[in-house]
Amino acid sequence: MSTQAETKQSGGLPPFLKSSLQQIFVFLALVLIYIVFMVVAPNFASLGVAMDIVQQSAYIGVMALGATFIIATGGIDLSVGTGLSFVAVMAGVFLAGDWWNLPLGAGLLLTLLVGALVGLVNGLNISFLGLPPFIATLAMMMAARGLALVVSDKQTISIKNPQYIWLFNGEIIPGIKNAIVWFILLAIIASVMLNKTLLGRYAIAIGSNEEATRLSGVNVKFWKTLIYVTAGVFMALGAILYSARFGFVQPAEGVGFELYVIAAVVIGGTSLAGGRANIIGTVVGALIMETLRKGLQMMGVAQEWQLVATGVVLLLAVFIDNVRRARAAAV
Amino acid sequence: MRMLRSTLALGAVLALGLTACGTSTPAETAAPAPADTTTAAAPAEETTPAEETTPAEEAPSGELPKGNGETIYLVSKGFQHRFWQAVKEGAEKAGAEYNYKVEFVGPQDETQVTEQLNQLKTALDSKPVAIGLAALDSGAASELLNQIQAANIPLIAFDSGVDSDIPLTTVSTDNTAAAEAAAQHMVELIGGSGQVGLICHDQTSTTGKQRCNGFQDWIKANAPDVTVLEPQVAGAVDLAANTAKSMIQANPEIKGIYGTNEAAATGAIQGAKESGADLVVVGFDSGKTQIEAIKDGSQAGAVTQAPVKMGYETVIAAIKAINGQELPKVIDSGFEWYDKSNIDDPAIAANLYE
Repeated sequence: MSTQAETKQSGGLPPFLKSSLQQIFVFLALVLIYIVFMVVAPNFASLGVAMDIVQQSAYIGVMALGATFIIATGGIDLSVGTGLSFVAVMAGVFLAGDWWNLPLGAGLLLTLLVGALVGLVNGLNISFLGLPPFIATLAMMMAARGLALVVSDKQTISIKNPQYIWLFNGEIIPGIKNAIVWFILLAIIASVMLNKTLLGRYAIAIGSNEEATRLSGVNVKFWKTLIYVTAGVFMALGAILYSARFGFVQPAEGVGFELYVIAAVVIGGTSLAGGRANIIGTVVGALIMETLRKGLQMMGVAQEWQLVATGVVLLLAVFIDNVRRARAAAV
Repeated sequence: MRMLRSTLALGAVLALGLTACGTSTPAETAAPAPADTTTAAAPAEETTPAEETTPAEEAPSGELPKGNGETIYLVSKGFQHRFWQAVKEGAEKAGAEYNYKVEFVGPQDETQVTEQLNQLKTALDSKPVAIGLAALDSGAASELLNQIQAANIPLIAFDSGVDSDIPLTTVSTDNTAAAEAAAQHMVELIGGSGQVGLICHDQTSTTGKQRCNGFQDWIKANAPDVTVLEPQVAGAVDLAANTAKSMIQANPEIKGIYGTNEAAATGAIQGAKESGADLVVVGFDSGKTQIEAIKDGSQAGAVTQAPVKMGYETVIAAIKAINGQELPKVIDSGFEWYDKSNIDDPAIAANLYE
């Protein structure tokens, strides 16, 4: 599965090999970190721990899949963190027994719609009002947080719907949480969307050169909006996985998640400047951060040092990628 | 229960309003009583170490005159937690009773130290007759505290202590004593020996430190066969859950986890559930998820504060300060241990919020 798509780069290795190189590089980093922890962290080398890492990175990872499209256009989405808590609260409103208590299908559909709506507002503000993505999504970040608190009246909402919990946190394959299955499934879908559909190609084209894309007859405003809507749907899926894991929703959660989402995308090799995106990289980026956290936690390292370590890895990943890219360009 | 509580509170406010209309002396003794039922109405308590450092204001010294609608400004640590809503409720009750306007603000969450400083500055600038502060970071507030003192505005600390001589008194839960009670119960529940994990919700506030250290110190001093693992900090449920799982995986022999607030305790339960471990989880405060977990047996118990009383006592202390009355250094707003056996006890239930 080749998930790399580049238009900016020319010369050097053939595109297929180059894309493989980048994926191999990020993947090797993950393997290296994993092996180090197997040696230094007590009891780290177990299947259960590996499963935990994938399960715990699922909601950040799924949101990062959508964010990859936005970042590919050269945009940014700061609203995914509090957006997650707003969408999760709405999922609670639709599905919880002491709220609307809708059947599963209707509840899920509405929940995804709320996510799409958040994305639509972001997209319209950016495409049609011409607001910078940073500002438009910053505004949404604040509004979503407020709305989550207003709708829930600052209360915890329990989602006791057993089908909902089973579907997203049960085990259809014994021993593997459904969240993991969803994560893999959605990654494949996102990968196909990025590489094989107009949405993905236009995302990268817009990120490479928005003006040129517009002049070649592409309705940039429409596609950009659609990209934010898509990311909103992925955010809603992340929110569903998150709320199903705990079975309840607290409106104040999710703050700061946007930074982990952006970090996952960037560690994965997608350029913040746009024009270059990599879905597998994003998945591995999310896994790298969770592996780090898990390993350091199991070693009993204090949380402040876990944050420092994540920061260092983020820097290293981008720095090494830059160096490699500069070299490739110089050849 | 929510409805019952608000009805009770409404009833109490009405009753207070009526008595306050009479002569002031009888109103004095009647007034604080409803607030005290939250903690003081449980004389047959089994384990209450160091409960009352100061007997809590049963009979106010001297007369407490009513105000003329002046503003008392309370800067809390947050507004989203039901805890702060309960503090606010208590504060407004006292304000209504003595005819003071209570302005209650707080930052978005308990990590936003600078936002709280801004709010404290706003409070100072609006020149209220008294200020109450639940400091997120006592050190960071010291400059503003000097300004408050220079402006001759009486300052009352509440919830967590402020490392300064400026506050006239501190109305707080004795967090150290409460954490010691949690430790004592934990040791009993795990049978006196084994490994215990500790998830602290924050490490910058005095409250957070006391809840962590009180637990560790008690075990160190009183339970030589119990080892406390390196404490981890996690203030949100998902982080706490992941942390708890890591603790369990790294230390398969672990017998119990103590979480220092609702999110930490709820995360610990989730972590134990997901890793299939049979753990004793002891928490702090209340909240919907903890209450449910204690009822269904996945959490052993928790210590709770008395937030309504805390808000009430803070405003009363402020009014006393305005009238130049003497205040003790510390006013304890009390705590209780609760578990499955006493969670529905009215004296306990009054302190619990969802």
